[in-house]
Amino acid sequence: MAVEVAPAGWRGSPWLSFAVRRFGRFAVSLWVLITTAFLMIQLIPGDPVRAALGLTAPVELVNARRAALGLDDPLWLQYVHYLGGLITGDFGTSMNSGQPVAEVIGDRLPATLQLALPAFAVVIAVAIPLGLLFAVLTRGGRRRGGELAFTSTTVLLAAVPEFLLAVALVAFFAVQLGWFPVAGSEGAGSLVLPVIALALGPASVLARIVRVETLSVLGNDFIRTARAKRLPARLVYLRHALPNALTATLTMGGLMLTGMVAGTVLVENVFAWPGLGSTIAQSILQKDYPLVQGIVLVYGIGVLLVNLTVDVLLAVLDPRSTIREN
Amino acid sequence: MVATETVNRRGAKWFAALRTPVGGFAASLLLVVIALAVLAPILWHDKAFEIDTEAIAQRPSAAHWLGTDALGHDILFRVLVATRLSVLLAVLATVIGVVTGLVLGTLPSLLPRPAARLVTSAVNIAVAFPGLLLVLFCSVIFGVGTYGAVLAVGFALAPAFARLAQTLSASVAGQDFVSAARISGVGRIRLLVRHILPNVGEPLVVNATIGAGASLLAFSGLSFLGIGVQAPDYDWGRLLGEGLDGIYVNPAAALAPGVAVVLAGLAFNLVGETVAGVIGVRAGVRKLAPRPASPARESSGRADDVVLVVENLQVAFPSQAGLTVPVRGVSFTVRAGEAIGVVGESGSGKSLTGLAVSRLVEAPAAVTADRLEFAGKPLLTTPERDLRGLLGTSLAMVFQDPMTSFNPTRRIGRQLAEVAEQHQGLPRAKAFERAVDRLRTVRIPAAERRARQYPHEFSGGMRQRAMIGMGLMGDPKLIIADEPTTALDVTVQRQLLRLLARTRTERDTAIILISHDIAVVSQTCERMLVMYAGRVVEDLPSAGTPRHPYTKALLAATLDLGTDRDAPLAVIPGRPPEPDRVPTGCAFADRCPAVTDRCRLEDPVLECVEPGHRVACWHPSETSFSPSAKKTVTAGGAE
Amino acid sequence: MTDLVFDAVSVRYGGRRGLTAVDRVGLTVSSGQVVGLVGESGSGKSTLARAAVGLSPVSAGRVLLGGVDVRKLRRRPPLQMVFQDPYSSLDPRMSIGESITEAIPRGVFSGRAARREEVARLLELVNLDPGRAGHLPGRLSGGQRQRVALARALAGRPEVLIADEITSALDVSVQGAVLNLVRDVQRRLGLSMLFISHNLAVIRYLSDIVAVMYLGRIVEVGPAEQVLTDPQHPYTRDLLAAAPSAHTSLFDTRADGATADAEPADPHHPPAGCRYHTRCPVGPLVRADREICLQVDPTEDAAHRRHSAACHFSEDESRRLTIPGGASTP
Repeated sequence: MAVEVAPAGWRGSPWLSFAVRRFGRFAVSLWVLITTAFLMIQLIPGDPVRAALGLTAPVELVNARRAALGLDDPLWLQYVHYLGGLITGDFGTSMNSGQPVAEVIGDRLPATLQLALPAFAVVIAVAIPLGLLFAVLTRGGRRRGGELAFTSTTVLLAAVPEFLLAVALVAFFAVQLGWFPVAGSEGAGSLVLPVIALALGPASVLARIVRVETLSVLGNDFIRTARAKRLPARLVYLRHALPNALTATLTMGGLMLTGMVAGTVLVENVFAWPGLGSTIAQSILQKDYPLVQGIVLVYGIGVLLVNLTVDVLLAVLDPRSTIREN
Repeated sequence: MVATETVNRRGAKWFAALRTPVGGFAASLLLVVIALAVLAPILWHDKAFEIDTEAIAQRPSAAHWLGTDALGHDILFRVLVATRLSVLLAVLATVIGVVTGLVLGTLPSLLPRPAARLVTSAVNIAVAFPGLLLVLFCSVIFGVGTYGAVLAVGFALAPAFARLAQTLSASVAGQDFVSAARISGVGRIRLLVRHILPNVGEPLVVNATIGAGASLLAFSGLSFLGIGVQAPDYDWGRLLGEGLDGIYVNPAAALAPGVAVVLAGLAFNLVGETVAGVIGVRAGVRKLAPRPASPARESSGRADDVVLVVENLQVAFPSQAGLTVPVRGVSFTVRAGEAIGVVGESGSGKSLTGLAVSRLVEAPAAVTADRLEFAGKPLLTTPERDLRGLLGTSLAMVFQDPMTSFNPTRRIGRQLAEVAEQHQGLPRAKAFERAVDRLRTVRIPAAERRARQYPHEFSGGMRQRAMIGMGLMGDPKLIIADEPTTALDVTVQRQLLRLLARTRTERDTAIILISHDIAVVSQTCERMLVMYAGRVVEDLPSAGTPRHPYTKALLAATLDLGTDRDAPLAVIPGRPPEPDRVPTGCAFADRCPAVTDRCRLEDPVLECVEPGHRVACWHPSETSFSPSAKKTVTAGGAE
Repeated sequence: MTDLVFDAVSVRYGGRRGLTAVDRVGLTVSSGQVVGLVGESGSGKSTLARAAVGLSPVSAGRVLLGGVDVRKLRRRPPLQMVFQDPYSSLDPRMSIGESITEAIPRGVFSGRAARREEVARLLELVNLDPGRAGHLPGRLSGGQRQRVALARALAGRPEVLIADEITSALDVSVQGAVLNLVRDVQRRLGLSMLFISHNLAVIRYLSDIVAVMYLGRIVEVGPAEQVLTDPQHPYTRDLLAAAPSAHTSLFDTRADGATADAEPADPHHPPAGCRYHTRCPVGPLVRADREICLQVDPTEDAAHRRHSAACHFSEDESRRLTIPGGASTP
């Protein structure tokens, strides 16, 4: 049906109502995330302070620490304190080091971003052209050999988890050849192996998705229309196929990016990279719950922001999306 | 009815999946993994725990093929023995994940509205988080150790499965057979168990297999971080973590468990994916060898006003056993300003003929013809580059589905303007101006504004008109319209057909109208080609009397506002042959009331019976003097 | 047998900016009669049918079966439906026998053998070999699937049958066989039937009563011959004129009036007054003096007019058109 341009007034603006709706969803998700992070400590069976300090710790110390953490207060009061703290930027205090959690996070977050963002750029730069190229080359069952090579390579690479790849890279390029440092974050050279380890798997998955999406777009009627206009192949693929394949790919790309945020946890551990990932693993083992809580929250917010960005991008790129939500 | 030899038993389908090279490799890999999981601890348990104090943290040697760890354990045996625990834990976690996910995913269809919405939105939020974060989160709650890790990995898988189960069941629940069952009073639980679950079962099992691979990897990640399996137990992840510490001394200690994880994960993934790939596909239709089609010639002179000449056109697709030939020797000629209808039922090859003529059939399908010329240019031998300008401006296409024939992400005006930019070298602004002008020509109201809109803002009828407008960007000599009105309502259909008619009279453009509706064609065209099983069986003036039994039967079966309400409707018994199993003789023989032995042995050739009228039949009915063709027809009997 | 009565039924989807797919529709399917419902896509005819069997939410009005509101019936109402798409209307995992058995009301046949016999009887009724009961639907053609769907509907012992575009997905050569069967079964069992189609020729062939729907409203209803030979509403006339026919040519482009290229209205924002006025060839677009069409809804007093036509000028126009020389296309 013909959809007329909406009448004036803010309710009528599809963009504004989209923004309101989408931000509302973000707020609800954020609240759920915060509440879950808060409840995490309550859900731990037994006494988290006792668990953290060990069985040999004197009762007075445990009690004092409990009081300091506010764990003796009623649940609702703890919740109110927790929310209040978050608003003022107080994420609590590490049980082990006594350092404010916010400080630790501020310390470690840049290192993680330093790893994740270049890796994401590599994924995009490699996966999209490769996926498009192989979709075009293998469309309609052509070049079965090429298809088999592409599929098996990407399946294999996608099946190798980041940390294994990291170990293999270290064993070969760092230990055998000595081209790059084994671990640490000194200089640009130290970035190469972690970024490759982080990017290769997601790049393979994304390249496959781009190929599959492009293939399905190439089967669409409007591609036949574009060919019936006798446009050169370059225009058919870049102007008509790619944008449509990308809108479909974007949703998966978002999942990929959030997956990479999580992938940093393992890769940082292999390379002893001083980011959030190596910190969270340590603090889980040391039962430093306030720190775990804080880092989980940061990761979670990262995920929510990525999803928000993806949705906004989709709305901008795909003219149907804002209408579709109605 | 001809029984089709389809292999559609479910077991056979799964089996067929495993017979492909990749599937076979994956299946044998999985078998090896399972065998190791069962046997390795029985055979090598003692060896794996044996401490060789002579060889602590050593490189590979004859005694220890992969070296030893810090306590002097043999790494090869430890990797082999660890198979059981690694696989077992992964499978256990998968089961937890799948069961929880299935419950969460199907619960909304049983619960009352508010509760259902709560579950759905909880799943939606959880599914946005990457699995590893969920695993870490859960492992904080369930505690460090094997138990905690199993629960953590299991529950972390659950949201993804819940979402999968939800989408799958929602798509099944939208089908008519579920509605029919609901009308018959089938209860919610029976609906779920009897109709929905069986239809989502296969994809769920496939995804569970892939999920097992994922949880294997997740588990080794946890153990690697030290959060999973604790000493003295060990799985691949723990061995890997230990190996990494000594990577300078013995890289094999880290790589061996790594390779094991990848191989096992790959086995699960590949088995799942190959089965998934095969399941949706209808497998194993037996093909007959193609037979040479007898050419049908048209005895038409070479006139100057000929726009399109088609002689013995064939379209063939490679199939499992040889070739399938859905278009078999089609010949016809189109003159300037002529309107020709191509009629046939689904599968008759009429659309494919249209695409082949306009050179839109892509490899692997092969188009051959003795002659295929458009505006005097041979289409099959001229290189594509040289044809682009000619076809782009002189040959216009209109396709069946107006909803999908425009690119949804580009404005209508730009999609039209593209043609002028490409083929007439107009600059952007000029090309857009022309697009607006052509939209006005096809009577799009407020063309200026509409040109800046996206396809979804147009109604179906308007899109088809815009499609014709796109063809008018150049100076079309021929418009090929493939079922242009099938998706439209009758009143809109009339608008569109009139637009085509007007275009034809104003510009002397020839039209090929492809349709299943013989009434639409005879209303619009002065000549029609009737196609059956990939051939033209009759080529006659719309006003003429049909002589082929199929044309007559088709006309008789068509309902219109004059059909006798008191008599039963005429039907054509049987159904058309599949394109890959066309019989030796006349393809219509099995359904023909006038069939003789000759029809079953020899395929009739399309021959002139009177000027402007060709029939491919051994026994064409005599010219009848009855003014209405419909009265002469008797075709009956049920299918 | 039983009457099916729609009493001012409305179906509304969505919230404030939602869509009223069916707007206060009244329609009676009398016992043993076939009522044909025709209209373009989006006119709400399928929604109306689905409302009767509880698949669409009735937001106002009632659906009465034998005088009782179907929502208040404790037992399953004797009302069945056959759907458009033969490929989604049968469970691919169930043999056709099982599908039919499932629709047999509980307690009617005790014992497996009796049910099997009933399935065989139903399959024979729709001209299918009872030996096929064990087959999965994957092996059947579109026409055969529609027969199975019909058999399944009949298994529910309906007194009223709703057929929603049951032949529009079929090829011409198969369509005839299915229509013959439906008519035969309807007559033999004395069913009341609501037959929905966008194809006027199909409606004409099967129906005793014809109802024409436009944008969620019924604009004309009456005995089939009368409605088709003496249509009162301009939309009905338009439908009749546009129906494909082998006998008239579309190549005459004479009839290019102000409304020839009019667009169907947007159901989200139905026009005020008469809903057809944006396309009407005898309405305010053509005759400026007919302002009433812009303001007053003709459905209010439709009952007084011939064929309950929802048109302020139905009588004037049909009188004008019966004057010798008046063509069916204005």
